[in-house]
Amino acid sequence: MATHGVIHRPKPSPQPSPRGRGREGLDRGVRRLWTAVLLSLLAFGAFAKDAPNAAADPALEARMMRIAQELRCLVCQNQTIADSHADLAVDLREEVRVMLRKGESDEQVRKYMTDRYGDFVLYRPPVKATTWLLWFGPGVLLVGGLLGLILLLRKRTRMSDDRFEPDEADGVEEEVRT
Amino acid sequence: MNMKSLRFIIPLGVFALLVFFLWRGLRLDPHEVPSPLIGKPAPSFALTRLDDANATLRRDDMLGKVWLLNVWASWCGACREEHPLLVEFSKTKAVPIIGLNYKDQRSDGLGWLNRFGNPYDASIFDQNGRVGIDFGVYGVPETFVIDKQGIIRMKHIGPLTPDVIDKRLMPMLRKLNA
Repeated sequence: MATHGVIHRPKPSPQPSPRGRGREGLDRGVRRLWTAVLLSLLAFGAFAKDAPNAAADPALEARMMRIAQELRCLVCQNQTIADSHADLAVDLREEVRVMLRKGESDEQVRKYMTDRYGDFVLYRPPVKATTWLLWFGPGVLLVGGLLGLILLLRKRTRMSDDRFEPDEADGVEEEVRT
Repeated sequence: MNMKSLRFIIPLGVFALLVFFLWRGLRLDPHEVPSPLIGKPAPSFALTRLDDANATLRRDDMLGKVWLLNVWASWCGACREEHPLLVEFSKTKAVPIIGLNYKDQRSDGLGWLNRFGNPYDASIFDQNGRVGIDFGVYGVPETFVIDKQGIIRMKHIGPLTPDVIDKRLMPMLRKLNA
């Protein structure tokens, strides 16, 4: 998750010692274990914050999750806001809940997100001039490839036999003929 | 050019193109998402000062000045990295710097400034991160340049570097103050 600059939790201090030898290696292992335990506690924290809200109104929660599943979490970019336990994702889920409770439409929620974070947050980007290549590129490639293949095959059917190398079986026949 | 040599040149060309795009892709930083807020009015806010819970700073208080909004938090490791440079930069008095203390505790934030120095003309206290969300903040530290009309003109995600200050920030400030 954390490459340069985009860090939502304090980083562990850099380790000057070379990896895994003797005592230092052991310390490192223990420290890693602790990090894992602490991280999983953090994850539980994220669930715990959401849980009371989730229980309050299952229908609203389901609708919130459906919307959140199509929104990218900018902290952990390959997760949706529904999946992510990043602080920001928890906050944004709460934001969506508040908006839905106020009776706002799915469209208004999506606009709220794109106004702040851009189209990049949408896992289903809008069709517009700058995204035509994204939307139609694969289709164009497929149709182009098929057309090319059909043209090539038709050209080949019109070619005379002597343009092709004989198959092995044909070769035998040919030998017999000559 | 005859057909035979085309058969080699076309795949080679396609390969070269792929290599070019992959090479370019390596240099792009997927965490730098272009902000949709650039060229738009800064979201309005009214927050208390970090050092004084009774004093409020509003967006409109800054109208008429070119200013910097730097989002930071005491829990943010990358902010520590950026901090000495920001302190140094603040001494040039090139621009007023307002800190947005994001999802922090008042005492932690103030303690951090005491220990590492305070480059800010004022810090405002965004405890629940709502103003951060309005500014589309997802990776602290972030820095915004806001012009005299209150329009966001530049955003930098991640720690400022001498390079960013020289090549992007200073030219922008000169342009806006001209």
